[in-house]
Amino acid sequence: MDMNYTAEELAFRDEVRKFLDEKLPEDIAAKVKSFKKLSKEDHQRWQKILVEKGWYATHWPEEYGGVKWTPVQKHIWDEESCRYGVPRSIPFGVNMVAPVIIKFGNEEQKQKYLPRILSGEDWWCQGYSEPGAGSDLASLKTRAVREGDHYIVNGQKTWTTLGQYANMIFCLVRTNTEVKKQEGISFLLIDMNTPGITVRPIITLDGEHEVNEVFFEDVRVPVENLVGEEDKGWTYAKYLLTYERTGLAGIGMSKAALSHLKQLASRRLKNGKPLLEDPSFSQRIAKVEIDLTAAAISNLRIIASVEGGGVPGAESSMLKVKGTEIRQAINDLARRAIGPYALPFVEEELYLDYDGEFLSDKDAAPLSAQYFNNRKLSIFGGSNEIQKNIVSKMILGL
Amino acid sequence: MDFRLNEEQQMLQDTVARLVRGEYSFEKRLEFSETELGFSADFWKQLSELGLTAVPFSEELGGFGGGGVEVQSVMTELGRGLCIEPYLQSVILGGGLIGQAGSDSQKENWLAGIASGELRAAVGLQEPQSYYDLNNVETRAGKNGDGYTLNGRKAVVIGGHCADLIVVSARTSGDSCDASGLSLFALSPDTAGVERRTYPTIDGAKGCDITLNNVQVGADALLGEEGQAGGVIEYQAGRAIAALCAEAVGVMEVANDLTLDYLKQRKQFGVPIGKFQVLQHRMVDMMSELEQARSMAILAASVADNEQSDERRRVLAAAKNVIGRAGQYISENGIQMHGGIGMTWEYNFAHYAKRLIGINHQLGDDDFHLERYASLLQAS
Repeated sequence: MDMNYTAEELAFRDEVRKFLDEKLPEDIAAKVKSFKKLSKEDHQRWQKILVEKGWYATHWPEEYGGVKWTPVQKHIWDEESCRYGVPRSIPFGVNMVAPVIIKFGNEEQKQKYLPRILSGEDWWCQGYSEPGAGSDLASLKTRAVREGDHYIVNGQKTWTTLGQYANMIFCLVRTNTEVKKQEGISFLLIDMNTPGITVRPIITLDGEHEVNEVFFEDVRVPVENLVGEEDKGWTYAKYLLTYERTGLAGIGMSKAALSHLKQLASRRLKNGKPLLEDPSFSQRIAKVEIDLTAAAISNLRIIASVEGGGVPGAESSMLKVKGTEIRQAINDLARRAIGPYALPFVEEELYLDYDGEFLSDKDAAPLSAQYFNNRKLSIFGGSNEIQKNIVSKMILGL
Repeated sequence: MDFRLNEEQQMLQDTVARLVRGEYSFEKRLEFSETELGFSADFWKQLSELGLTAVPFSEELGGFGGGGVEVQSVMTELGRGLCIEPYLQSVILGGGLIGQAGSDSQKENWLAGIASGELRAAVGLQEPQSYYDLNNVETRAGKNGDGYTLNGRKAVVIGGHCADLIVVSARTSGDSCDASGLSLFALSPDTAGVERRTYPTIDGAKGCDITLNNVQVGADALLGEEGQAGGVIEYQAGRAIAALCAEAVGVMEVANDLTLDYLKQRKQFGVPIGKFQVLQHRMVDMMSELEQARSMAILAASVADNEQSDERRRVLAAAKNVIGRAGQYISENGIQMHGGIGMTWEYNFAHYAKRLIGINHQLGDDDFHLERYASLLQAS
C-alpha cells in the first residue's frame, strides 16, 4: 500500500504547475474561479495554448498529435487544472468524437478530422438525445436513408450543448428499422452547414443559452461520413459513453468549488461573525468536505486500478453518483451562504469586466444560477438513476 | 375537530382560484415578469376590486377582518399561479406593520390605500450584514429637530422598486444586534437621499436594495414608539412567515401535479416512466413532503394572529423549517424526474422549482428556523 506519488509523478506535477503558472491567462482563470461567464473566444484561446504545449489531446495516440499520459498523470492534470482555474474542456471534439474516429474510423477520416480538432477549425457538438430518447437512448428515431452516395437524414436532436458554436455534429441515426433497436443505429458525422439543418436555442431555467435543439430536414450527408460499419453505431456509442463517464464525478471541480465556498463563508456574516465559524454552517461544510475526501480516495483507487490494467466497472458509476451529489451539495451551501442575496439575479455581475459596485459579495451573482444549472449534473451523462440501474444489474445479476 | 374551511373561507379561496385560473396563465406570467413594473397592474387591480387586498383588514377599512386562515386561502391560490404581485409585501407586511404600530392618523393615511390596493407598500427589514436576523440593524435614525435623519442600507426589498410607500427598520439606539432600540419609519421612495438599485429575482419577481443617505423624515414618519419596534417586526414577520408557508403549499401542489402527470405520460423503454419503482417511491416522498408542509401551513395559519408567545414562535419556526426542506426536496426531485425538460425556461416546472427555493430565502431558511426552534426548545 502506497498512496504517494512516485518521484516521476511529482516531477510531472511540478511541470504542470510551472506550465499553468506561466501560460494560463489570468483573466480566464479569474472567470473560472469566480464562476463568471466564459466566451467562445476564451475557450479557443486556451485550446491554442494547450495544443502548442502538446497537452490538448490527452486520450490520443502520439501519431495523431496526442500525448501519452498515464491515468495518474491525467489525474494530476485534472487536480491541478481545477485548482488553477483552467476552463472545463469542451469535450465533444477532442474527448468524444476523436476517440471514436481513432478506434473505429478509417484512415481518411482520421487524416481529415483529427488535425482540424487540434487546430480548432472544427467545433463539434453531440447529436445523441432526442425528445423521445433520453435515458432510453437506443429508442432514437432520427432516420438516415441511403440514397446513392448520400444518406438523407430526417429527425430531431436535443440538449445539444454549445451547438450554437459548432460547425460539426456527430449523430446517432437509425439506418435500420427491421432489427432490434440497438442494432439499427449508425454513427454519422454531419457538417452543420448542410442545407436542411436548423439550430434552435433552448434557454435553461437560469436564463442561459447552453443547449439547443437541432432539426434535420432532408439533410444530405455523404456516405464517407459514416464511421465504421452501418448499423454498428450503438457499439461505438457505448464505447464513447465510457469516455464520457470517466471524469463525470468531477472531483477536481468539487475541490475547487469547496475552496471557493470556504472563502465565501469566511467573508459572509451571521450574527456578526463569519459563517465559517457558525456552528451549524461549519458542520454542513465539514460534512461535504468529509464526503469529498472519501470520494477523492475512491477516485484514486479507480485510477490506480486502471493504471494497473483494470477496467472500471460499477465503481465508476457509483462515483459518478456520489461525485455529482457532492458537487450539488456544495452549490446548495454556496447559495445558502449568501442568505437573502440568493434572490437577486444581477446579470451584469456575471461578467468579469463588470466594474460597478457589487450588490453584495463580489462572487454572489452566479451562485443561485449555478445551483440551478448544476441540477443537470445528476441528469446528464446517464442520469443517476440509470447509473444505479447499471450497478444493480452488475451486483444482483437478476 | 374539523380541518375544513368554513363556507366563507371556501368562497374566498374559490374566488382567488377562479381569478388566478382565468388571468394568470404561465405564458402571461412570463410576460408580466418581464415588464418594468415586474408584475401585472391589471391583475393587482382585479385583486383589489374583488376585495382581496383588503382581506386581513378591519371592516371599517373595507376588509373582511380576515385572520390567518383567510390569508392562507388567498396565498395558497396565489402560490398555485406563481403570482408575482406584491401581496405579501404590501398587504401582509406593510399593512401589518402600519396596522400594529401606526397611530390613528397614520392608519388613516395609509391603511385604507393599502386595503384598496391603490397604495402599494414594501418593507425593508433586512440589511447586507443581517443574514436573516431582523434585529441585526445598522441603519441609524438620528434625531433631527422634530424628525429624524436616516443613514444605512436595506437589502433585498421585494417590490421596493415600484412601491409608493416603504417601511424600513432603523436603529434609534443600541448596538447592531440588539433587539431593543429599533424603530420603524414609513417613507416615500421619492424622499431626497433614497436610492434604489433594482433587479429581477431568480424566481421571477423584482426587488431592490435601498440606500438611505441622510434621508430627512418628519416625526410623522415614525411608526409606533421610538426604539420599541423589535416586537412589532418579529410579530409581523411571523404573520408573513405563515403567509409564505401557505403560498409554498400552493406552489408545491402544482409542482407535484406536474411531476405526477409527467410520470404517467413520459415513456422510456416502452413504458411510462412512472412504472419504475424508484420513481414511484420518489413521487410518494414528494407527496409526503407536501402533506407535512400542508399540515404546518395550517398550524402556522392558526397561530399567525395569536398574541405573541414562545408557542407561537415555535410553531412559526417549525413551519418555515418544514416548508424550506419540503420545498427543496420537491424542487430538486421534481427537476430530476422531469429530466432535461425540467431545466428549461419554456416549461413551467422550473419556475415552480425556483419559487420554492426563493421562498426558502425569504424570512429565514430551514437552517435559520431550525436554530431558532432549538433555542426555544422546551424542557419536557
